[in-house]
Amino acid sequence: MRLALRELRRRPGRFATAASILTLIAILLMFLGGLLDGLIQTSTGAIEAQEVDVLVYGATSEGSFLRSRIEPEERAAIDALPEVAQTGALSVVQLGARVPGNGPRELANTALWGYELAPAGVPAPPGDGEAYADDTLRASGVTTGQQLLVGPARTPVTVLGFVKNTAYAGQGSLWANTTTWREVVNNNRPDAVLAPEVFQALAVRGADGTSPDQLSAAIEESLDVIAPTVPDAVEAIPGVTEQRGTFNQILSVTLVIALVVIALFFALITVERTALYGVLKAIGARSRTIFGGLVVQAVVVTLIGATIAAVAVVVLDLLIPPGSIPLAISPLRIMSSMTLLLGAAIVGCAFSLRRVLQVDPASALGS
Amino acid sequence: MTETDTLRNATNRTSTPALVMRDVRKVYQMGDAEVVALDHAELTLASDEIVALVGPSGSGKTTLCSIAGGILSPTAGSVMVSGEEITGYSDKQRTTFRQNQVGFVFQSVNLVPFLSARENLLVVDEMGRRERKAARERADRLLDELGLAERARNLPSELSGGQRQRVAIGRSLMNEPELVLFDEPTSSLDSELGAQVMELIRSEMKDRSTAAIVVTHDERITQYCDRTVRISDGRLEA
Repeated sequence: MRLALRELRRRPGRFATAASILTLIAILLMFLGGLLDGLIQTSTGAIEAQEVDVLVYGATSEGSFLRSRIEPEERAAIDALPEVAQTGALSVVQLGARVPGNGPRELANTALWGYELAPAGVPAPPGDGEAYADDTLRASGVTTGQQLLVGPARTPVTVLGFVKNTAYAGQGSLWANTTTWREVVNNNRPDAVLAPEVFQALAVRGADGTSPDQLSAAIEESLDVIAPTVPDAVEAIPGVTEQRGTFNQILSVTLVIALVVIALFFALITVERTALYGVLKAIGARSRTIFGGLVVQAVVVTLIGATIAAVAVVVLDLLIPPGSIPLAISPLRIMSSMTLLLGAAIVGCAFSLRRVLQVDPASALGS
Repeated sequence: MTETDTLRNATNRTSTPALVMRDVRKVYQMGDAEVVALDHAELTLASDEIVALVGPSGSGKTTLCSIAGGILSPTAGSVMVSGEEITGYSDKQRTTFRQNQVGFVFQSVNLVPFLSARENLLVVDEMGRRERKAARERADRLLDELGLAERARNLPSELSGGQRQRVAIGRSLMNEPELVLFDEPTSSLDSELGAQVMELIRSEMKDRSTAAIVVTHDERITQYCDRTVRISDGRLEA
């Protein structure tokens, strides 16, 4: 192992090509992963942020807020279940909003929520005509204290501050109380107006000792509604599964390319070193020691490439203004990309194992 | 002097022979044909004896050295190195045997190019015994004896041909072997440098009472050895 590390230290140029290619691949892997996370986040952030166990939709809604209706009697019945600790109304309307200082056609795409149970990072519901804005709305010129004019009726909503990671369906969320939401709907979407005390959905917290799945089952058994857990509700959002599937296929191909690059590079190095390995074996080196050295070199080269890539991607994330492109670089994404690349490095190296085993120490003599 | 005499002399010196090869055969299968690389070879080396093994290309010199050094196992016969019967050793046992009992100096030197002279000696310890501190002290002592103390930190590319060969000799002695196998040690050196290297080999072997086989084409080398064994078509001629 020390021999392998010394070679890396003293002949860095020999590994520069592989390290450069792996850096580019790692950047691609992390950037694509960040885009996937960003896209998913801008589609699902508002739901993922819900600090509840299940969401309850109308029976025929197929998980769509727009199609869903929860009547007051249904809410009362859910409240009465022993598995339920707390319920809160949750409804949304998607509208363009005029931002002071922007041109008349430069609308900010917003999803205005009426909520009762605060999602993660969002304060308790604000007063009437006020809202907390999602961070992504900054890219549309939204600032604290502004009065946005929401929808064609230009319903005024004052921005109290910003919250993070709560976008929905690619739009920046505005978190308002249910009265503001109802007013905005009534003023701008007559087709979607709901009767007083009727909401689109309910956010429900379970009683102590009740798991989300138990809570979901209890609600669905007692009423004609659907009650997915929050992760299930996220996956049910149209396009999420498709986006994830498409990106994961691209990421898999990228990973296979990394594996092939490592396999080819170390296969070449092994061929070049056949004579040296013969000598080392003749003086008592075991095949596993030699192969271990190759793995160490592959892991170190990959770690260097992945670390440079991680720094580059984080810098890129900082440079890109929030909301301009859906990029979300998280430590989890970076660590998972690094782990996958390291796995690819080890598997790629394994292709050289047979060649290392085949090196005959007798080749050192007579040549 | 016959093989028996050599063995008797060695025993009389109250030391175990460094190498005893009895009726050793090595046969390679080449398709349907059998190629006999070594045919009923008998060879005994006393504990501090230096033997020149002379023969033309393809005569079986390398095969004999490979078997004596535990790189190859014989098809038939028995091989003992310093009293240790290695004939039936597995690959793993032969690897351990090579780590501890034999030294090799290869024809084209074959130092690790990115390691200094000192580190090239220490590779033997890294691959085998892992004595670390004792190995470092031994490497320094060997480099000093070989006149390379000043060049210990130099890479092989910064050393002359003679210096590289001296490093290779040092490497072969790092595991304090009972037997060292020199494969054409002077083939890449001019005659003056070759003579110096052979004198060095002789003095190092004799100082340590270590046996050696020196494979060579060059008859001039034989004068530095205690005796010469010729090999032709896999058969040894005393």
